[in-house]
Amino acid sequence: MAERRMPMRRGMAVTKGNIKKGTFKRLIKYLFKNYWKSLMLVILCLIISACAGTVASTFLQTLIDDVITPGISEGFNSVKNEMYNIIIKMIVIYSLGIVSSIIYTQTMATVTQGTLYNFRKDMFHKMESLPLKYFDTHAHGEIMSTYTNDTDALRQFIGQSLPNLISSLMSITVIFIMMLSFSLWLTLIVIASIVVDLIIVKKIGGNSSKYMVKQQKSLANEEGFVEEMIKGQKVVKVFCHEEEAKKQFDKLNEQLCHDSQTANKYGNILMPVLGNIGNITYVLLAFIGVLLAYYEVKNISFRGLATLTPGIIVSFLTMARQFSQTIGQISQQTSMIAMGLAGSSRIFDLLDQEEEDDNGYVILVNAKKDANGNLVETDERTGLWAWKHYHKADDTTTFKELKGEIVLENVDFGYIDGELVLHDISIHAKPGQKIALVGATGAGKTTITNLINRFYDIQDGKIRYDGINVNKIKKKHLRRSFGMVLQDTNLFTGTVMDNIRYGRLNASDEECIEAAKLANADDFINRLPHGYQTMLNNNGSNLSQGQRQLLSIARAAVADAPAMILDEATSSIDTRSEKLVQDGMEKLMKGRTVFVIAHRLSTIHNSDIILVMDKGRIIERGNHEELMDKKGVYYRLYTGKFELE
Amino acid sequence: MIKTLLKSVREYKKTSILTAVFTALEVVVECIIPFIMALLIDKMDSSNLNVVFWYGGILLFLAFLSLFFGVMAGRCAAKSSAGYAKNLRHDLYYQIQEYAFEDIDKFSQSSLVTRLTTDVSNVQMAYQMCTRIVIRVPLMIIFSFIMSFSINFKLSLIFLISLPVIAMVILLIIKVVSPLFSKIFKKYDALNNYVQENVSGIRVVKSFARENYEKEKFDKAANEVKSNFIKAEKLVALNSPIMMFCIYLTILLISFIGGKFIINTQGLEMTTGKLSSLINYGVQILSSLMMLSMIFVMISMAGTSAKRISEVLEHNPVLTSPENGIQEVKNGNITFKNVYFKYTNEAQKYALENINLEIKEGEIVGIIGATGSSKSTLVQLIPRLHDVSEGEVLVGDINVKDYNLQSLRDQVAMVLQKNVLFSGTIKENLRWGDKNASDEEIVRVCKLAQADEFISKFSDGYDTYIEQGGVNVSGGQKQRLCIARSLLKKPKILILDDSTSAVDTKTDALIRKALKEEIPNTTKIIIAQRISSIKDADKIIVLDNGKVDGIGNHSELLKNNKIYQEVYESQTKNTSKKGGN
Repeated sequence: MAERRMPMRRGMAVTKGNIKKGTFKRLIKYLFKNYWKSLMLVILCLIISACAGTVASTFLQTLIDDVITPGISEGFNSVKNEMYNIIIKMIVIYSLGIVSSIIYTQTMATVTQGTLYNFRKDMFHKMESLPLKYFDTHAHGEIMSTYTNDTDALRQFIGQSLPNLISSLMSITVIFIMMLSFSLWLTLIVIASIVVDLIIVKKIGGNSSKYMVKQQKSLANEEGFVEEMIKGQKVVKVFCHEEEAKKQFDKLNEQLCHDSQTANKYGNILMPVLGNIGNITYVLLAFIGVLLAYYEVKNISFRGLATLTPGIIVSFLTMARQFSQTIGQISQQTSMIAMGLAGSSRIFDLLDQEEEDDNGYVILVNAKKDANGNLVETDERTGLWAWKHYHKADDTTTFKELKGEIVLENVDFGYIDGELVLHDISIHAKPGQKIALVGATGAGKTTITNLINRFYDIQDGKIRYDGINVNKIKKKHLRRSFGMVLQDTNLFTGTVMDNIRYGRLNASDEECIEAAKLANADDFINRLPHGYQTMLNNNGSNLSQGQRQLLSIARAAVADAPAMILDEATSSIDTRSEKLVQDGMEKLMKGRTVFVIAHRLSTIHNSDIILVMDKGRIIERGNHEELMDKKGVYYRLYTGKFELE
Repeated sequence: MIKTLLKSVREYKKTSILTAVFTALEVVVECIIPFIMALLIDKMDSSNLNVVFWYGGILLFLAFLSLFFGVMAGRCAAKSSAGYAKNLRHDLYYQIQEYAFEDIDKFSQSSLVTRLTTDVSNVQMAYQMCTRIVIRVPLMIIFSFIMSFSINFKLSLIFLISLPVIAMVILLIIKVVSPLFSKIFKKYDALNNYVQENVSGIRVVKSFARENYEKEKFDKAANEVKSNFIKAEKLVALNSPIMMFCIYLTILLISFIGGKFIINTQGLEMTTGKLSSLINYGVQILSSLMMLSMIFVMISMAGTSAKRISEVLEHNPVLTSPENGIQEVKNGNITFKNVYFKYTNEAQKYALENINLEIKEGEIVGIIGATGSSKSTLVQLIPRLHDVSEGEVLVGDINVKDYNLQSLRDQVAMVLQKNVLFSGTIKENLRWGDKNASDEEIVRVCKLAQADEFISKFSDGYDTYIEQGGVNVSGGQKQRLCIARSLLKKPKILILDDSTSAVDTKTDALIRKALKEEIPNTTKIIIAQRISSIKDADKIIVLDNGKVDGIGNHSELLKNNKIYQEVYESQTKNTSKKGGN
């Protein structure tokens, strides 16, 4: 599976999907759950710093009114004390503002990253507990995007937008109250300008988001095209199709450019428009203020009725300017807030997914026989395994030796309700038998193995493991009893040795090398630059597909599980090398119950039972000789008269 | 790097410059507005309405002017940055079209896709910022300085006190915070990469019941990211208190000294209104300076993307078509003379060593060998998808390097191993081979490739829509369509690189028979895993580790070539020893 690493889109708008109701509330709750003390401190500091800022803005006016104006006529000495008083008062207020700002920014850094850590941890833990179905039904890029885009958006939201928003709202409230304390009439004008602001934000913002959606769509179109064409670039080259490809590309590129221009245009003009509404409001306030004063209209404020003086108008103007600047700050945050909420909505969505349930209670243990020949549990690896079965009814524990008898009885299954992909499957694998599944893609071979280790649960019928219904076995223990080798190898970042040891974490180096030899991987590993210590990146992109398969066989070998599932384990190994691997595989399979899915029939002809599948049904069964004599589908497949895929 | 990137501005140069001009004008007006506001406040007198109306009128005019400039700047910025991104994508895409196989492999296809999409978006944002904010901020600083110096020179010098502090903050960000962040983002990328591995390898995780192990590993990595992030963000968070400190300090100093100055000069040298606008300019200068430091951080983030883009633009394709290259491939002869090939100059081992081959027009040649024996590499030298490191490859008795590249590739058709169909109808896909091909011709080649039968069974026939990646046709069907597509080129040489692996042996034989009978003069080279696919070839080449291990027909090789014998045995043993288990 060729997967493109999800690109990191720092700062890019991701506008897909809607914000679920209650997301904001839930996010706040989540924040407070772990950091309520820190957050209370932050809010307190924000209030102090907002108040300090607002008080500071009136400082100059006070200085002018109380010191400078009288000072001009009476001389410096008469107002000296007053001046020092005011300055010292201001130093105190400013210091308070700075200290509280240091406290809240430092605290917020911890809160933001701590919360993100909690989110990541919760998401990952959740993800590891989700049933396979989730991964099969969700695009991997989409899952990744919650870790990258959505978490990044959340970082911006918690770290910047939220404190900004709180402090802006605080300032606005404080300023608003102060405005009312100066003049009601003038405050009404400010309110009117806010209404205009809101209308404009709605209009321009609405257009902006409308075209943003369009832009996202044409971006997706172009990215889709680029993805398809670049992935097929070699074909383009072979067919000299470059000019055609350029033409198609140009068309999409033009469209994207057009939509992007329109969308950004609306986004870009919002700020100057809002800013200048602020300026116009300023002028209006001055006009009306002076007119009111001229006609000696009674001013109404908290302080009661009085005439409007130029001093009041001037102070009011300063506040109005601050007010419109704060509104501008809030409007700058809106897109970040929307992105942050959309991101957390998707994160919560992941956290709300239903986990894989596991009601099993039978567990797999190492066992040995005591003097009386009875099975007892042990910590050592004895090669003898037992199912530890606790019976609730009479509070006893019994041990049953793992033999590897797996029976499917009349199993029906569908991935989607009402659409069966397996019909009436019955298989009886006796201990140590090799069972091969053969059939076209989509015939249901892999689905059967998915049911045996309970990646999915059957709809009808029964699956028994050594006579125990698999539903009773704890999933992890059931799965640990199978060594799995899959067609998509999936190695992990780490050394070759780490990757082999993944099969059994406490395996020694020697055991890992032994397993690699068994899988015939030792040879190529030794030729790698650092042998077993070579680092593998990007799913082992520095190895060939065949080499990766050898490693995953070694990984299964070191697990030394009592049973095995091999799903197209050797599909990418050429026939000659496959013969070499085959010897190792035979050793590996000896004495174990094995389910094999293989494309190449030469690798399964010695199976004890071969099941030929077609459209979810078993249409032929028997060993190689029986099936060849039957001259049915298997015979035609084997002799190459029938196309497999 | 920057020079390379700027080349793509082209027709948006004018709008880009206009953006800067309008932004500059907007800044000028924005700087004048508080000045007029101060005048208005100074002259505020309820007894003389005219003065207020006069200054108010100017202010209104300026506000509309500022609105106009602001809107124009915004529009131009949108136009130029989106246009620039368009050109950048265009240049990247066109450059990639010139790339040879080696170049594509060097960057990897998925990395090229990321560069064309995400990286371009990042650079687009940075470009928009550059044309607006990068112009705006320094201009703001300069104009504010000019205005404040014009108000009172001596007092304005107080602003300079804060400069060293702010310079230190900027330096700190460049020297400490930026590298810290790039280190963190690397760790962060690794963390996300780790999640990615878990998502795609979830089957492995679950089958080995390693959920808890993975959780522990993840928690450790996430915790490391967290503590690093906190460290860096705490440093960055000092930014705003420091800025507050500088602003407050300046305000206090100016108010104190300025106030004293006004009083002592009895308001003759300076008015209180001027004092307040001086403070406003001071705040503006300091906050602009702080913004400058933030811009550094943001640009350095886009810098990585910019580097990745310019890498593509600056990378010269390893092979280019010669000027006035030969247009016509005379015949289907192929000759390899002492050919050596390695993928990079640094590579220690040759992928192909000392290859000498002589293939005559119309011959059928089979190639067999283990994975990694360089079979595909060998045939890719024929349509010059790679250039040899030493020796020469002749097609139609002329060195491939002397041909016009397109002509050569049109006449040497190649069906790739990893083949791709594109979203579109079957007909559209086939016409890649010849865009003017008639319907009859398409049917004819499909019959040759044994594809007509299954295509006719589709309800839409040749107009059946192929989904992206060709997921709605089977592997065998896809391979036959790809062969038909190549046949439409009417090539002199046809190369099938493991192109019938998913086709059943009977159909495979029918294809080979049709090719032999219907296009006898075309040289056919067949790479195959199955002996049955190449058994009847005139000549079979056995490759081992980049060297020719043996050449001959089936019966000769069976006698004298060990590898061939082994392969043959591994594929036939079971049928011949039927029941011998």
